[in-house]
Amino acid sequence: MCNIKIRSKQDLLNYYENVKGLLDIRNGVSKEVDKYHVSVCAGTGCTSSNSLKIVENLKHFVKEYHLEDKVEVAITGCFGFCAKGPIVKIFPDNTFYVQVKPEDAERIVKEHLVEKHVVEDLLYKTPDNKIIASQTEIPFYQKQHRIALRNAGYINPEVLAETIATRGYQALAKAIFDMTPDEIIDEVTKSGLRGRGGAGFPTGTKWKFAKASVSEKKYIICNADEGDPGAFMDRSIMEGDPHSVLESMAIAGYAIGADEGEIYIRAEYPLAVERLKIAIKQATDAGLLGDNIMGSNFSFHINIKYGAGAFVCGEETALIHSIEGNRGEPTLKPPFPAVRGLNGQPTNVNNVETWASVPVIILDGAENFAKIGTEKSKGTKVFALAGKINNVGLVEIPMGTTLREIIYDIGGGIVNNKKFKAVQTGGPSGGCLTEADLDTPIDYDNLVAKGSMMGSGGMIVLDEDDCMVDIAKFYLEFTVEESCGKCSPCRIGNKRLLEILKKITDGKGELEDIDRLYDLSKTIKDCSLCALGQTAPNPVLSTLKGFKDEYIAHVVDKKCPAGVCKNLISYAIDPEKCIGCGLCARNCPVGAITKTDTPTVKSPKMMVHVIDPKKCIKCGVCFSNCRFKAITK
Amino acid sequence: MRTNEEMFAELDEFIESLNNDPEELIAILHRAQGIFGYLPMVVQKHIANKIGVNVSKVYGVVTFYSFFTMVPKGENVINVCLGTACFVRGSQQVLEKFEELLKIKNGHTTEDGKFTLTSLRCVGACALAPVVQINGETHGKVKASEVASILAKYQNN
Ligand SMILES: Cc1cc2nc3c(=O)[nH]c(=O)nc-3n(C[C@H](O)[C@H](O)[C@H](O)COP(=O)(O)O)c2cc1C
Repeated sequence: MCNIKIRSKQDLLNYYENVKGLLDIRNGVSKEVDKYHVSVCAGTGCTSSNSLKIVENLKHFVKEYHLEDKVEVAITGCFGFCAKGPIVKIFPDNTFYVQVKPEDAERIVKEHLVEKHVVEDLLYKTPDNKIIASQTEIPFYQKQHRIALRNAGYINPEVLAETIATRGYQALAKAIFDMTPDEIIDEVTKSGLRGRGGAGFPTGTKWKFAKASVSEKKYIICNADEGDPGAFMDRSIMEGDPHSVLESMAIAGYAIGADEGEIYIRAEYPLAVERLKIAIKQATDAGLLGDNIMGSNFSFHINIKYGAGAFVCGEETALIHSIEGNRGEPTLKPPFPAVRGLNGQPTNVNNVETWASVPVIILDGAENFAKIGTEKSKGTKVFALAGKINNVGLVEIPMGTTLREIIYDIGGGIVNNKKFKAVQTGGPSGGCLTEADLDTPIDYDNLVAKGSMMGSGGMIVLDEDDCMVDIAKFYLEFTVEESCGKCSPCRIGNKRLLEILKKITDGKGELEDIDRLYDLSKTIKDCSLCALGQTAPNPVLSTLKGFKDEYIAHVVDKKCPAGVCKNLISYAIDPEKCIGCGLCARNCPVGAITKTDTPTVKSPKMMVHVIDPKKCIKCGVCFSNCRFKAITK
Repeated sequence: MRTNEEMFAELDEFIESLNNDPEELIAILHRAQGIFGYLPMVVQKHIANKIGVNVSKVYGVVTFYSFFTMVPKGENVINVCLGTACFVRGSQQVLEKFEELLKIKNGHTTEDGKFTLTSLRCVGACALAPVVQINGETHGKVKASEVASILAKYQNN
């Protein structure tokens, strides 16, 4: 199957007819009885929990129980439900095993595949202990709609035939053989697709500009830098469905007249790099990339270019300088990359998720895509849902879904039933949304109106234990570290902003500092060269907007209401609640806790303990260890 | 251990396979760091000569990107994830515990060369937050109180 060479559109369609049966078991349409396909998640999250060992063990036991003819075991991309990983899914019955350990492999093979009953204790349990066997019935999946992630958790990303079986590369064939470049761009424009990398610029319009630039050499770039801390959707797309990105870049190449594409990715994402490399080789060998694609006159080559860990390199002009082998410093726009980009030539940059959506639009039509979403934001968006949320994972939802639906219906609510406080979107450029925003339908414009932004899709849920000043400080630390230093508003301004925040969290703030935060933020936003600086104060401004009282508590009352900022908290033991067990004293790293002569309420033989504030280093060990909630802060 | 000549020979072969193209500087630096473990001045000078640019340009690039380092790493490299998801689940405290026990600051290497402590931003395994990677192996849901026992595992090898 590896030696296939596609020389025409018909070749591709024939190949598709030949291999589409590969997915029959997974689609539940196989006529053969007793055949199974076992998919094991091999994304970054699950492999970190040893999922590749599960694959190995499953294969071993399939052999031992002589099921080689009946059962196929294979890896797949991210199922999204990372909180419950590693995940093993059995087709055709869609049984969804969660938190599987390598040593569970034998039971899955023996009980499920031989004896034909599900292994109940590996199934998903809802918080109220209802057992659910089938993936589609799990609440986490009910409001999702997968377009960009359509093949993750479904196909084996390392087998080209499986991509072909999902109609892979048919959009490219349609584009090259049945459409003119203008028709392609029109279709993308009509779909309403907007850039998923942050700013939400209409993709069709961007392509139009790049096409309009006259030049012999043009470039396509896939922005796979994904530097937002706490976001992993682009990685998962590349790990789970690398061909969709390649196919799409070639479509755009054909539409705007480019013959070369670069994928800019961090060397720190080894799994995604590996899958992309395999995919490029497979596609090139099969004639789906490279010279004279599918026998046409159109040639398109894709290279991988490595980043080296600099957040600013996600900004498109900085990215281009980095590909050219330079320091990744941004330059002023205009000129936009569509006019002067890589090596001075017209260049079209899009984000991974944007790319992954394009083949669906070309193949199934713009109207189908545009049916999903809100008036100005079409289609779906992938979010990396993390933080204080039960169902940490990747979720893809139709635009217009509310935050409440994401957090409570899909996300399963806040960990330990704590109180929701805020949700941060847009990473270091974004902001925090509050309780009052929970029913806002999510789209580009609504999020901006609420003082945040879509960003690339990081979504961090915060609860009552998080201090909003501390969160703002966290993001500022990040931007100060990542500021390239080229322009002074960003280099110096953000540093000063951070210093003020530190002063406040250290308990040395004064009321005027809050005005200084506003002033300085405005200057930085107005004067910075690139969007890194222009958006860096957003976490400060949005927390000031939603949680000003917390700032005031820090500077006026010298208190951190969430009990996070060390200099503003003091630990004490409530003598009414202390039972004198001494656990805190034994665990205190500095010996600050001692026994008194006062007996506890519970027993005259046990003595109340006390903390010496002079010795206490506020590490919080006593607080988290006390089982009687006797320690206050 | 390979000799210096062998390592430079491997690097040269790689640079030549890229036609000594200065645009490939970042790829070359990745490979060089892979070979030498870090990017000392001699290596930077060598690369500059080889691709025909000033060493200041190479130095400028090396110091720009956080992935590149000019000091050798310890035997064991500890990476504490400070991505947002890990941060809100307590990775800062975990990092501080490592700093306390190893008696070094983030970004530094212990005197005996056994441990280098660094941080990174998002491993992509947010369900396991807070995450610590040691020599590429992932430890999930790490508590500050577990740091000592994690370190012990690496102390003797
Ligand atoms: C500081 C900064 C970091 C960025 N990081 C990324 C990133 O990691 N990935 C990305 O696709 N876009 C990122 N962007 C946005 C890009 O500049 C650009 O708008 C995007 O790649 C365009 O693709 P799209 O239209 O498909 O969204 C970043 C922008 C800034 C200012």
